[in-house]
This record gives sequence, structure tokens and C-alpha cells, in this order.
Amino acid sequence: MIKIFRCFLVLTAFTGNGYGQDAAALVQKVKAKLDKVNDYEATGEMKTNVSFMKVPAAQVKVYFKKPGKIKIRNEKGISLVPKGTVSISLNNLLSGQYQALDAGADNINGTPVKVIKLLPQDENGEVVLSKLYIDETRLLILRAKTTTRESGTNELEMQYGKFAAYALPDKIIFSFNTQDYKLPKGVTFDYDDGSQKKKENGTKESQRGKIEIAYTSYIINKGIADEVFK
Amino acid sequence: MWQLLQIELFKIFRKPRTYISFGAIAAMVIIVQVALKFDGQSYIEFILGSLKETLDIPYATILNGYFVCFIILNLLLIHIPLLIALVAGDEVAGEANMGTLRLLVSKPVSRTELMLAKFFATVVYTAMVLAWMAFLSLVLSIFVFGTNDLIVARSNTLEIIGHNDVMWRYLAAFGYATVALTTVAALAFMLSVFAENSIGPIVSTISIVIVFTILSEMQIPLYDRTVKPYLFTSHMLGWKGFFYLKADAEGVSIPGTIENLPAVLRSMGILLGYIVLFAGSAIVVFKKKDILS
Repeated sequence: MIKIFRCFLVLTAFTGNGYGQDAAALVQKVKAKLDKVNDYEATGEMKTNVSFMKVPAAQVKVYFKKPGKIKIRNEKGISLVPKGTVSISLNNLLSGQYQALDAGADNINGTPVKVIKLLPQDENGEVVLSKLYIDETRLLILRAKTTTRESGTNELEMQYGKFAAYALPDKIIFSFNTQDYKLPKGVTFDYDDGSQKKKENGTKESQRGKIEIAYTSYIINKGIADEVFK
Repeated sequence: MWQLLQIELFKIFRKPRTYISFGAIAAMVIIVQVALKFDGQSYIEFILGSLKETLDIPYATILNGYFVCFIILNLLLIHIPLLIALVAGDEVAGEANMGTLRLLVSKPVSRTELMLAKFFATVVYTAMVLAWMAFLSLVLSIFVFGTNDLIVARSNTLEIIGHNDVMWRYLAAFGYATVALTTVAALAFMLSVFAENSIGPIVSTISIVIVFTILSEMQIPLYDRTVKPYLFTSHMLGWKGFFYLKADAEGVSIPGTIENLPAVLRSMGILLGYIVLFAGSAIVVFKKKDILS
């Protein structure tokens, strides 16, 4: 099925949008900009929005080191981070061998963007397909949709500011698939304060979760020990 | 009155059975702590279910003193009423059984004062049992496991409470639990007035608590609407309301808030109502009672 899907994508690219040469060149330019960062330690506030979770806003540190190490740490508390967070590093998306295909143009919050599909060469890799929405003028990725084998489709939206020169966002919103959470009431012995009934009678809860990180500072290219990622 | 209370407390703490509760609580709390110390991850995996497939779970930080205390309270606060009944059910019936009740009421003290002293002594005992439980389950757990944010698992929600937002909730919860257990003590105390030996009121109290707890936990709509709101056992779990937080429109919990404070206060009011009803009934019946033993 995946092979048929890939063939379809390749055929679409060849018949509709030329030979993908421009797309590959654009991705290379974006990658060159991203490559300026070897490592970073970012501080920010993380908000979690998952239908079955109530989590306070948390101060987190995000560590990145080439080629693809990334770690989100809440040093003063507990944060349950989705497993697909490796996708929040754009370097990870653009690492490895892939075929870049032009998928047309779009618009994100008034900014015209070029849509590029990345088709990994490794058929057994975790990522099946990535779709990048690139601001050609600033060479920044504003949105990335990644379809994976295990975790479904993740979506990453980025807003840039002070660190746009390094292609590092000021804010990211990462959407991911979640599963239902349910425990027998005989185990939890819930106190019935009426709120659960209201919830059950309400609208069907979303199966998508979201984490939002607003970065306040970056320390770039100062070196990070490998122990941090363990 | 103060002297009467001291005498009643002396009587309670002179009996070996009084210390059964303290010993049983210590044993149960330590057993749970040891189990969680060596295999806490299995328990966390159980309560988080399939979430480990989509989320990175920091098991080591989740297993902290606050979390362990919550598990202990969840397991034990349903069973502690049985230990409270051991002493409260003996207050009047025990005296009748030993033949000291007639002697007691022949003293120049009103029956109301005597009953109030006995009841307040039971309340003091209940508060001491809870203080002991708080010390072992909270203080000892913090000492052994440290502190961090608290994860509370509800049947379809996970709450994460910041570590600096937890302690006041425990203080409120223990305060609430004192009221909840005093309700059981008042019930046993009331039943104690009708009996000539303590076995009857103790077993009756335990039976009532078990039956009511089963009814409270059964998810049958017929009982949900008709019976459950009036059972004191449905409101005894109100202490958990202090660990349910409000969330904003983005699903972020708001520190320092309680999801439904009016419901918690209402439950507490109902429990206080039951205490007044049970203790008041005991006093009224005792005042009219023809004491022959």
C-alpha cells in the first residue's frame, strides 16, 4: 500500500509540477540555514492540551544536538511528552536521503508558502512522508506534517522572531494522535462531583493532542554533553 | 466537661484494642510503601494503561512521596472506618457490658454532658488515627520517595498537580477525611447506645459501611439518581475533590483551584448533618434510656 502511495506521489510530481529540481534546491537552502546550528539549549514554557489530561503550564528546557538528538526536560516537575517529539527538530526531518517533490503553493497566516513533499528513500524508516510549508523569502519552514508508521500523523507549526536567522522558532505547536484513557471506577474510586457526567454528555473528545512551547531564550552552539540526552 | 473528656480519653487509650488501629495502619502503609519502592513502575504502568505507547513516561519522577501518599489514601480510606468502629462502637455498649454504665450515670453529671464527653473523646481518637495515617503516608513517603508533581488518575482523566500546589490540598483532604470518619464514628456511637455489648454496634457499623460503599460505587442509573446522593459513603470520597483542578479553555490546569468546590462543600455539609443526626439521636435515646446494666 505504501509503495502504491509512493508511486502515486512520484507520478503526480512528474506530471503536475515539473521534475522537482526547484523543490530539492529550496530544501537544500533551508537545510543549509538549519545546519548553522550544531546544538542548542532552549528555555520555554510548555502547555499541554490533551482531552483527557489536565496539566499546568511548565517551564521546560529543550536540548538539541546534531545529528538528531533532542530532549525535552521539565526539571522542576513532570511533563508527559509525546513520543513523536523527535519531529519537533527540523534537522531530523531533513536528515537522511529523501526525494523532494513540489506540491504547489499555499498560504499560512497571510504568508505565501511553497509546499514540498519529502519522500524518504529508506522504505523501512519510521517516517513515511513529510510535507513542508516553506516561506521562500525567509527560507523558514512554517509548518511540517509528518506521517509515521507508529504514531500516525504529527503536525508542527512554527512562529519565528528573534532567532529566525538560525531558523529557530519562538513558538511551536505540535499536534499528535492520542488514544483514549479509561480506568475502571472500581480502581480509581472517583469522587462524583458531577463534572464527569457533564463531560460524558458533552461533545465527543478530540483524538488529537497538542503541546505548545513558547521559547524565551536559546543558547546556540555552545556544546552540550551527550549525557543530557540519556 | 474538660475533666469528663480527659476521663473518657483515658478510658479509650487504656484499652489494648485502641492500638489495633495504629498498628494495622502502620502495617498497611509500610507494606504499600515497600511494594512501591521495589515495583512502583508496574503500578504506574497499570494506571497509565496504553498511554506509554504514545507518551514518554518519566516513571522515576512520577513515583514520589505525594503520589505514594495518594495511592495509600485511595486504598485505605475505605477500610479505616472499620478501625474507627472498633472504638466508637464500644463507647456506651462497652460500659453496659462491663456493668459500669449505671454507676456512671449515677454521678452528678448530666447524661447529655456524659454523652458529649464520650462523643468528643471518639472524635479525638478519630483525629489521632488520621494524624498517624498522615504522618506515615505523607511524611514518611516524602522522606523515602522525595517530592515532585502529583499525578492523580481518575477514571477518564489524568491530573498533574504542581509540587508547590499539593501540600495544602493534602491538609484540606485530611481535614475532610476527619469529618468523613467522624460520621462513621457517630454512627457506631449511636448504635452503641442500643446494645449491651460492643460486638453488635461494631459489626452493624461495618456492615452498613460495606453495603453503602458497594451501593456508592455501583454504576447503576437507578441507584445513581435515587439512593446514592443520600448515602454518607458517597460523600466520604469528597476529600478527592481537593485534587481535581479547574482547567482553562486550552486544557491547562489552573494551580490553586478546585474543579467543583461547591460540590465538595455540599458533601462536607451532608456529612456534618449526618454527624449531628447520629450523635444527637444517641444523646436523645440515651437520655430516655432505662439503664439496667
